[in-house]
Amino acid sequence: MKKNEKLGVLNIDESLYKTRISSRFLNRIPYKPVDPHLILSFIPGTVLDILVRPGQPVKKGDDLMILDSMKMQNQLKCNIDGKVKAILVNKGDRVSKGMVLIEIG
Amino acid sequence: MAINKKIKELQEKREKVLLGGGEQAIEKQKALGKRTARERIMALLDKNSFNEYDLFVEHDARDFDMAKKSLPSDGVIIGSGTIYGAPVAIFAQDFTVAGGSLGLMHSRKITKIMDHALKMRIPLIGINDSGGARIQEGVNSLAGYGEIFFRNTISSGVIPQISVILGPCAGGAVYSPALTDFVFVVDKISKMFITGPEVIKTVLGEEISMEDLGGARVHSEITGNAHFFAFTEEECFDQIKRLITFIPWNNGQKARAFESREPKPEFNINKIVPDDPTLPYDVKDVVRSIVDFSDFFEIMELYAKNIVIGFGRMGGRTTGFVANQPLEMAGVLDVDSSDKAARFIRYCDAFNIPIITLVDLPGYMPGVDQEHAGVIRHGAKLLYAYSEATVPKLTVIIRKAYGGGYIAMSSRHLRADFVFAWPSAEIAVMGPEGAANIIFRKEIMSSDDPNGTRKQKIEEYKEKFANPYVAASRGYVDAVIEPSETRKFLMHSLNISENKIIQMPEKKHGLPPF
Repeated sequence: MKKNEKLGVLNIDESLYKTRISSRFLNRIPYKPVDPHLILSFIPGTVLDILVRPGQPVKKGDDLMILDSMKMQNQLKCNIDGKVKAILVNKGDRVSKGMVLIEIG
Repeated sequence: MAINKKIKELQEKREKVLLGGGEQAIEKQKALGKRTARERIMALLDKNSFNEYDLFVEHDARDFDMAKKSLPSDGVIIGSGTIYGAPVAIFAQDFTVAGGSLGLMHSRKITKIMDHALKMRIPLIGINDSGGARIQEGVNSLAGYGEIFFRNTISSGVIPQISVILGPCAGGAVYSPALTDFVFVVDKISKMFITGPEVIKTVLGEEISMEDLGGARVHSEITGNAHFFAFTEEECFDQIKRLITFIPWNNGQKARAFESREPKPEFNINKIVPDDPTLPYDVKDVVRSIVDFSDFFEIMELYAKNIVIGFGRMGGRTTGFVANQPLEMAGVLDVDSSDKAARFIRYCDAFNIPIITLVDLPGYMPGVDQEHAGVIRHGAKLLYAYSEATVPKLTVIIRKAYGGGYIAMSSRHLRADFVFAWPSAEIAVMGPEGAANIIFRKEIMSSDDPNGTRKQKIEEYKEKFANPYVAASRGYVDAVIEPSETRKFLMHSLNISENKIIQMPEKKHGLPPF
């Protein structure tokens, strides 16, 4: 342990411990509940086809988009009943994992 | 005389092959800061101890014009020798010959030396430096990998297996090191991955350098695939040699015993641990205040630093240490630290090395990421490993031993042979703050001065339960000892455990939660 080293504080069961905090812990992504209104890319890939238009009413289970990834054509389905509020990508776009592709209103 | 002529002929043949891939390829290898395969073996083994086999092996591939190509020794050197007098079997892939690619004969050389090591019950060292499968040899090279993985697995727990990554080790090739006991990597030289940056870019559109994807640091700090990190090949070889001194030749033996030496006086066991259980200290200093000559050989130093594992000697005999590290993340148990410790405990158990556990932890790490990463399953590995281990198990509770962490860290209940506690030990279901808030919730809430009452109740709880004596009154702790008595108690316990025998129920194998 270095002298005068600046340490952090970790709360475990309401006791506060002076200790080194790992960068992994500091950089962790806080949990967010899944929002069914947002259709995300579950894998990186290329938008092969968009099957809906903005404003179009959609039902749970409807196909929204074909995402080409790992040599597979993946159908992205709608989670809820609603209307297509916005389409945030274009046909042919390359998308990374976790990107919002379509918003359902 | 005819024999002289024949000897000369042999010498010439040897010389030709000893050059490997030729001067140009050797120059290229050196430019990358790498030694040649043969230089590596010579640097690692005792002087003049190396006996080489299969020097004249050649491939017999015919497709893709391979018949015209000569690949000296088929790109891998095998043999045996000694390290500090201990016998070892060794193979080293030669990157200067067809990029160290693995073809049928290359793999047969490796499996030959692996069979040899298992048969003779001596440690196996593999130096990996290969571009991967020799594509021209097709399914034969896949067969070669499979034959190696199989032998790694059946030799596991019988002979020590050490992997040294001194170049690329990509694709299926990575699974041989992953199946071995210890993996050594060198900064900027080692590269390990299943799919390389090129494939990742093509398939997923993500760009990353080889170093960031699977360099030595990545595997030492993030993935936990590597156990020892070095800056140079030389440092790496020193680490391997040192490791060899701590481990036995096989699972039927004990590690070589050395002369007992007292710890160095600068590690004063009375002055390391602060009274306040929320303040940190470096638990490695406690280890150094206990072991022979204060010499502690740490394993996986850069990974899951909240738990410390490694070898030291007690009275000259190799001992495995597992210790919570209050200096890093308060020493909590989490997914990675449980994995790290559990595997080490199983290593010690397989190779007849007693385990000393130093306990000072606040419990398990809370968090969505931990729960979702499977802390239940991973944490269970620690319980499994300790319960299953039949080598002598000694536990010293230094300060905190709260809740599930108390149980997991080689408690009496998992059949620790000896459990000692310092007077500063707090063996309790949880920390005083949390416990008081739950037990005295009503009193605190209904009080005119909730903060004052809370403080008072915390003090009450500390007084009554934050000590080793409740556990000692049940026999869960065998002795409450002064810190300065620790080495004496441990040495005695180890001495009388020398012939420990445990009968386990008969089974084919258990199902550890991995």
